[in-house]
Amino acid sequence: MKKSYQSLEDNLTNNMIQVIYRQLTSKIPYLGLVILLTFSTSLTAQEGDPKNGKTLFNTNCAACHQLDKKMTGPALRNVEARLADEQGLDREWLNKWIRNSAGMVKSGDAYANQIFNEYNGTAMTAFPQLSDQDISDVLAYTAEKIDPCKANPQPGCPGYEPPTVNGGDSGGISNKLILGALAILFALLAIALVLVRQTLNRFAEEKGIEVVTKDKSLPIWKAFVQNQFLVLVTTIFFLLASAYFVYGYLSQIGVDQGYQPVQPIHFSHKIHAGDNGVDCKYCHSSARVSKTSGIPSLNVCMNCHKSIYQVADATQQEGLNEYSVDYNAEIQKLYTAVGWDDAEQKYTGKTKPVKWVRVHNLPDFAYFNHSQHVEVAGVQCQTCHGPVEEMEVMYQHAPLTMGWCINCHRETNVKVEDNAYYTKIHEQLSKKYGVDKLTAAQMGGLECGKCHY
Amino acid sequence: MKSLFKTIVVLMVFASVVACKKDTRPNYQFMPNMYESVGYETYQEVSIVVDGKEILSNDMEAQLPAEGSIPRGDHMPFEIENTTEGYELAKTTLVSPLDSMKIDTPKGKELYEIYCGICHGNKGKGQGKLVKREKILGVPSYDDAGRAITSGSIYHTIYYGKNAMGSYANQLNEEERWQVVDYVLKLKADIEK
Repeated sequence: MKKSYQSLEDNLTNNMIQVIYRQLTSKIPYLGLVILLTFSTSLTAQEGDPKNGKTLFNTNCAACHQLDKKMTGPALRNVEARLADEQGLDREWLNKWIRNSAGMVKSGDAYANQIFNEYNGTAMTAFPQLSDQDISDVLAYTAEKIDPCKANPQPGCPGYEPPTVNGGDSGGISNKLILGALAILFALLAIALVLVRQTLNRFAEEKGIEVVTKDKSLPIWKAFVQNQFLVLVTTIFFLLASAYFVYGYLSQIGVDQGYQPVQPIHFSHKIHAGDNGVDCKYCHSSARVSKTSGIPSLNVCMNCHKSIYQVADATQQEGLNEYSVDYNAEIQKLYTAVGWDDAEQKYTGKTKPVKWVRVHNLPDFAYFNHSQHVEVAGVQCQTCHGPVEEMEVMYQHAPLTMGWCINCHRETNVKVEDNAYYTKIHEQLSKKYGVDKLTAAQMGGLECGKCHY
Repeated sequence: MKSLFKTIVVLMVFASVVACKKDTRPNYQFMPNMYESVGYETYQEVSIVVDGKEILSNDMEAQLPAEGSIPRGDHMPFEIENTTEGYELAKTTLVSPLDSMKIDTPKGKELYEIYCGICHGNKGKGQGKLVKREKILGVPSYDDAGRAITSGSIYHTIYYGKNAMGSYANQLNEEERWQVVDYVLKLKADIEK
């Protein structure tokens, strides 16, 4: 029953292919090859269930293998057919290899040793728990035909949407258009009024009507200059106002709130910390243990990006439309910088350091220690750095001024629970101040010498 | 007419001053020599020239420590090699130096959930957020029979990485690595229950 269903399916596929290629008579040899290939793959994928195979593949094999790309191990698309054609190895050999590859290498099997050496002696993990059925499911999954619609959406595929160009900007553009149209309208109206006035005046002149004009009184500004009191008041007002603005300008010197430099690689905190929920301290690990919250070295990026060589299609589209950033190209920049050859899956040794631009920079006369705040006080990174997990491009959220530091020290209660270090001093100080909870300021967080020395 | 001209000039000067504020550029500093450290700072761009030869280039912020540097503290070099044989050696012989007093499960849990949970899942079943979102696949559960992990093999893997997993030696120090190893073994025991 299953067999006949399969052959029916094959007929259908062939018919479909013929329909697609109906007008391309010049490609008949190619068509023949396609038919041959569909037959050969369907022959090898006999009883396996590719759906279950996919689940098994993703849990067991995908750490080292992909279907179409070399990773720690070789690409596995049509592996069974390939081995049968090229090496004359059968399912029996594959079963043995999957369950105990190290044993086969030791027993001196020729191809086992060849592949073992080809991948620099990396032993494949043994999977004794996989049954015959499991393995044939996995192999059925690797032998599945590629759905052209899935690989590359094109017109005619179900659920195909033509890529939108500048979809995100359309609202802004139409708003601007409306504003522009309004401005032009008003300008036209103003011109019309002036013209009407001129025509009326001309009519009046022609008819000999005298247009009544007011007697010129003292212009207002002359009257103003003559009134000394008003001049004095205005001068004082202007002096005060300019003092206010000068003070405002001077006090923002050296404050970089909102500073948002362009980085050499477009790194989206929104994707990493927000969408994928990677902990801040995963990359900025030295914030736990040192004064500086380090910029991760590129090997930390490669922990994940060894496997993640491109972003999801939806993310890529979003990047192009909303930020005009090609995320996949940014990942390639990382590979160039760290010297990773993605096709060969190894480091070339040719590195090109990335010159990140520092965003948060405290002046040298103020001492700040990350580990003291992160590890001892347990302050969330977002308290000072703002909603980083929503930032597409990193910017400085807080002013990092002394007033801002002091304010937090005044308002924040010290976390004394489960910290034996604070027990005694907490008792003494809370008696002294007569309070239940101590703020950082009461523990000496306002002492000049804490930060300036 | 003249006053109109003056107004326009004032407005243009104001506009040009305002337009100079750009978020992609840092603000002016008052007395920059109080901002920059006299001693060497982390991520400082500095050029060191010895005998006319530049040994530290000015445009590098993060530098590797000199070859053979040993971090301060009770640092012991890890002598097992990053090879399949080394892995097997660690798996069979290496045990945790932490005694029961030093094992700090909350700390191990915290570190595990920062560095490992994102792929291996907070329960250790290989179902972390990146796996669920199909970004990284094939993360095994800790009770995987083919791998049969031990404290030594876990430590070796954290130290050097394995297959697609990278090394975590620079994010966790020696003691922290062993705390994580202990926590992973706890998770393994929980799964196998």
